[in-house]
Amino acid sequence: MEASAARAPHFRPREAARAGGRASTAISVGIISTFLTVVVVLPIAALVWESHKSGAHAFWQAVSNPLAVSALKLTFGAAFVVVIVNIVFGTVTAWVLVRDDFPGRSVVNAVIDLPFALPTIVAGLTLLALYGPRSPIGIDVAYTRTAIVLALCFVTLPFVVRTVQPVLLELDTEMEEAARSLGARQTTVFRRIVLPNLLPGILSGAVLALARALGEIGSLVLIAGNIPGHTQVVSVYVLNQIESGDPSGAAAVAVVLLGASFVLLLAVGALRFFVTRYERG
Amino acid sequence: MRRLLLLALLVPVACAVVVGAAQARQAGTTVNLVAYSTPKPVMQKLISRFGHTSAGNGVSFSQSYGPSGSQARAIAAGQPASIAFLSTGLDIDTIADAGLVGKNWNKAPYSAIAADSVVAFVVRPGNPKHIHGWSDLVKSGIQVVTPNPFSSGSAKWNVLAAYGAARKSGMSDHKAVQFVTKLFKHVVSQDTSGSNAANTFFSGKGDVLITYESEAYSAFAAGKQGKLIVPRPTMLIELPMVALKDATSAAKAFIAYAHAPKQQAIFASNGYRPVVKSVLKRPNLASWAKKYKTGPTFNIRDRLFGGWLKANRIWFDQNTGRMVGIERAVGG
Amino acid sequence: MAKRLGLRAVALGYLLVVLLAPLVMIFYRTFENGLKPVWEALSDPNTVHAFEITLIATAIAVPVNTVFGVLCALAIVRRRFRGKGLLNAFIDLPLALSPVVVGLALFLLYGRTGWFGSWFTAHGIQVLFALPAIVLATIFVSVPFVAREVIPTLRELGNEQEQAAATLGATRWQRFWRITLPSIRWAVIYGVVLTTARCLGEYGAVAVVSGRVEGQTETATLRVEGYTLNFNTSGAYAVSVVLAATAVFVLVLMTLIKPREAV
Repeated sequence: MEASAARAPHFRPREAARAGGRASTAISVGIISTFLTVVVVLPIAALVWESHKSGAHAFWQAVSNPLAVSALKLTFGAAFVVVIVNIVFGTVTAWVLVRDDFPGRSVVNAVIDLPFALPTIVAGLTLLALYGPRSPIGIDVAYTRTAIVLALCFVTLPFVVRTVQPVLLELDTEMEEAARSLGARQTTVFRRIVLPNLLPGILSGAVLALARALGEIGSLVLIAGNIPGHTQVVSVYVLNQIESGDPSGAAAVAVVLLGASFVLLLAVGALRFFVTRYERG
Repeated sequence: MRRLLLLALLVPVACAVVVGAAQARQAGTTVNLVAYSTPKPVMQKLISRFGHTSAGNGVSFSQSYGPSGSQARAIAAGQPASIAFLSTGLDIDTIADAGLVGKNWNKAPYSAIAADSVVAFVVRPGNPKHIHGWSDLVKSGIQVVTPNPFSSGSAKWNVLAAYGAARKSGMSDHKAVQFVTKLFKHVVSQDTSGSNAANTFFSGKGDVLITYESEAYSAFAAGKQGKLIVPRPTMLIELPMVALKDATSAAKAFIAYAHAPKQQAIFASNGYRPVVKSVLKRPNLASWAKKYKTGPTFNIRDRLFGGWLKANRIWFDQNTGRMVGIERAVGG
Repeated sequence: MAKRLGLRAVALGYLLVVLLAPLVMIFYRTFENGLKPVWEALSDPNTVHAFEITLIATAIAVPVNTVFGVLCALAIVRRRFRGKGLLNAFIDLPLALSPVVVGLALFLLYGRTGWFGSWFTAHGIQVLFALPAIVLATIFVSVPFVAREVIPTLRELGNEQEQAAATLGATRWQRFWRITLPSIRWAVIYGVVLTTARCLGEYGAVAVVSGRVEGQTETATLRVEGYTLNFNTSGAYAVSVVLAATAVFVLVLMTLIKPREAV
């Protein structure tokens, strides 16, 4: 691949291992895993334990319930669409915020994170007011699957934008200019130079968006309609199970969702590894 | 930069210590009230009046309001509570199963019920779809809003009321279950809680909201537009208030206080039906007495249901309940 | 030029539908009934206390997650160890868990009859329905942001500068403060801002584990829920606008105090 020769040489792990030292690697990995164990692993372990408390049969019964299956399908389908939307529009938005200049750019940049800071119930109320039956602009998508995707796009908006932005800010424009002065077209420059550098950032953001879309509940409950088998996502299904006094069933469905997410995240990790290797040439 | 970071790390720790100390400093008798979502306005009136009585002098209250089922589970998991005021007896049973209230909690004065309500409809102003009774809900084109009965206590009342009303109008058990199934095919949004359902309805979705009569009055008081219809027949809703086993005498005194006629009158003028019926004869409550005239015709102890435990097992069990089949018929 | 305008139109069109229109709606709804209900909601002592709780939880969770995130990113990009792929996938998992399930998990661990609950109760430490559980839930839901921000920038950066500094005799600590940190500053800034925003807006898990006692364990988002339950829309929106404004304030602040430019 010719372009890779033009880019700054990438970091090589072996040199770092030498520079970093074994002992310090052990220390930092130790700190990280202790923290993750207390904060993340223990709660998840408790869930797995709870899901198997009533035996394998009960576990299977809980997760093979047709309404659970359709909720899982809906959730993964919606999350997939949301990730694609985020990748395309998030990258373009980050690009525009860094490389373009227009009046009000800094204001737009400042409000990108707001979907996170707003309590999800308010997000739901607002989206319902804007895109529901009394929409002031005449768009009523409430209580459909479109509404689910819309609400998820709202709450995942900052991810890809915010992971691509810092990479773009650190990216030297010299290489692009050099390529351009050698006669490369704009699309070639983007495809050969910019995109390979942005890919890790895009994937990083996509992974976050995927995970959040799978677990989201607050902003969805008001606008989704929650009709079982049609617009009920997994998190609402699980909530119903918890509320109706079946924590084991709830844990079982949650564990299946977690397992599937974990596999997906591993796959994206492998893809990321492949991509970064590929670009190293 | 380094100093800033250090500061950023130290400030929160200091804050936490200060808050912890502040919480530890609370002294005197404290009553921890854990209640379902909506009775806050009326409870605050009662609490401030209780403070002027001899029993309530010097007693401070902590108040927690949230979805009834979550509140019950929180108490069972160890949330400090001396009084639980929840929206179904089923949720009190959850606490009883954890051993925190006696199994026979309803053997108290007024069966431990602090106030009543009934299952009612809210329709659009002027009742454009002419909805008056249960059978109107399943007419073609009618959109109904009710929460999901698995996640919401108020929806359980709604489901049982619909079934009971069908039975009382002469339908067989089979036909009545079919009626509930048909009703749920008209449901356009199965929200996770009663308040979410109300938000959905008042945002413009649906023709009719099935809810507690008391919730409808609190929505109207907050300026929401709609018309209340009390169908006939309808079901009695009972709101239990119990003291936990290790509660202080102040907590028990408060529950007795809530049943006194003056406080029952406050319930009555806030949209709740009093359990001390005589207060409705007071002249200043005449307008409310008129609103409460359409009475409930059946309750959870009716032999159609046989109490909460039985009704819950038959209707809302996650695997074998009738509602599971109904939801599958709707979602299938 | 035309291409640039086209991209700008795509980005702004998307933001208009998904972000800007809802924001305008929120501001409109907040001040729809004038300033009085807004002021009443915000000056209520219980609201003020709820903001304090939210800020304390955020002020603990953000530094903890920032230090962890940077450490984690450095380890994943620059070090070799077994299980790196697993770690990489694991840090995102908290997001995929529905907040109510997070609440359930914390109940299983710290509840009255939970794995550690009885030990804590015996030693008189209240974890659930008190500040520790609120902080724990807040940290849980915002674990991955800083790491996910920093990793791609660190990859893009390479480490020649650091190696040059190392040959010139700079210690590891000096290299981190003088070279690495300034280069990843934007990533750290956006990571901190995302984490802060998420902590401020956290609702689901905190709702389950906090006990939502007014004036004690109620957070700002729970206050918002309380207002919506009583159909006080102005109050709910007013509290939300303050939360949103805090997030913007943090972004501006972070941009102002960012570490010096790299060479």
